[in-house]
Amino acid sequence: MSIALSAVDISRALTRISHEILERNSGSESIVLMGIPTRGAFLSQRLSIMIESIEKSPVSVGTLDITLHRDDLRLHPIRALVPTLVPKGGIEGKNVILVDDVLFSGRTIRAALDALGEMGRPKSVQLAVLVDRGHRQLPIRADYVGKNLPTSRGEIVKVRLGEIDGADEVLLEPEGNQ
Amino acid sequence: MRHLLSASDLTYSEALKILDTAAQMARVSEGPVKKLPTLRGRTIVNLFFEDSTRTRISFEAAAKRLSADVINFSAKGSSVSKGESLKDTAQTLQAMGADAIIIRHDSSGAPQRLADSGWTSSVVINAGDGTHEHPTQALLDAFTIRKHLKVGVGDLSGLTIAIVGDILHSRVARSNVTLLSLLGAQVILVAPPTLLPLGVESWPAQISFELDSVLPYVDAVMMLRVQQERMNDFFFPTAREYSHYFGLNADRLALLKPSAIIMHPGPMNRGLEITAACADSARSVIVEQVANGVSVRMAVLYLLVAGAPDENGESLA
Repeated sequence: MSIALSAVDISRALTRISHEILERNSGSESIVLMGIPTRGAFLSQRLSIMIESIEKSPVSVGTLDITLHRDDLRLHPIRALVPTLVPKGGIEGKNVILVDDVLFSGRTIRAALDALGEMGRPKSVQLAVLVDRGHRQLPIRADYVGKNLPTSRGEIVKVRLGEIDGADEVLLEPEGNQ
Repeated sequence: MRHLLSASDLTYSEALKILDTAAQMARVSEGPVKKLPTLRGRTIVNLFFEDSTRTRISFEAAAKRLSADVINFSAKGSSVSKGESLKDTAQTLQAMGADAIIIRHDSSGAPQRLADSGWTSSVVINAGDGTHEHPTQALLDAFTIRKHLKVGVGDLSGLTIAIVGDILHSRVARSNVTLLSLLGAQVILVAPPTLLPLGVESWPAQISFELDSVLPYVDAVMMLRVQQERMNDFFFPTAREYSHYFGLNADRLALLKPSAIIMHPGPMNRGLEITAACADSARSVIVEQVANGVSVRMAVLYLLVAGAPDENGESLA
């Protein structure tokens, strides 16, 4: 087991992503951050706080549960649902930024795109992830990446966040070591 | 749990899981696109041997909102009226590849038989069997009570709920007594002695013969339909007398706490167990019960049909 990102690294990466989001969208007015539970939701909260402190104006933030849109539902025992929270202004015509912790196969993001389509028609959808570990199974890429982490398929990337795990770190665990 | 046959099959945590899932499903029903791809490619059969409007439509709406294919089967106009047995009907549905069978039957225990017999590998969901159980009705009632009196979270502890009327023939009452008490509510059954079943004192509920003395203490009052089709004996002298002693009317409405809600599983006999003024009053949540029924049934279908059973063969654990 090795530490891929420390707490300081995570904080720096999120700060950089905040600036990149603002640069690309010319400010925070049109953006809606949608975090994918569990850890993506916490990351989107953190990004919104950072963006608010840079821009000095509030930014829309919500969460998007994608469980009901997964393509592997019938392969696993059922998962509990978590709330989807759409910010007041909705997502219609907005630049939606999906936020997740790890980008791997891309299937979660595919499901998230489907789930978004049910809420309205955003102007654009962008993707921010803390870690991109490769091994995509779908033609999906991230617009904002905290760290590109080369992994083998069997390795486990574990993102721990202070909000639920007690500490901020990203760990890389070798194959078959749960 | 792989099938939903009875409210007594549910554990406390399973019941809460269904209600919490239903709360998420309710958001889908409120959204602009009322459809999810979750059960795409699954076949769900509504196997109804007894008349029903809201339960069948509710299950159909729930299945369709999850993108399942729905086959409606009613005994009238099918081979059942030619004398086909439950076994042959079940095997036919199995051959057609039904993933879930939602069954309503006039015989108590028919869903259990279907689930245990090995005639079919489908998930079996009880939509009302004889005078036995109607678990999804109890779940939607619990959901409705929780939404109004517990801001939509947690269990029903601290609440008192009266179930009034024909307890003897009511599968809704049986399922509700089990589920509401499991969730921590206090249940009071109010009925004339002739409409209480044998052995009712062993149920987890109090019993009263006098509606007026109970009403000031309850948080919800659930009026049951007088089931005229099952009234093959003299249970009360006249409908008017029943109405006088056990019907909900404007005078009794005034006895209720300001926060108390009025429920009825439907269909109502207006003027018999409930007056129109009560059924249509602001305290009545009867129409909302129907809407909540769709959310609760979506939750049940999702939890039992969408995933793969775990290593113990359980879908809802």
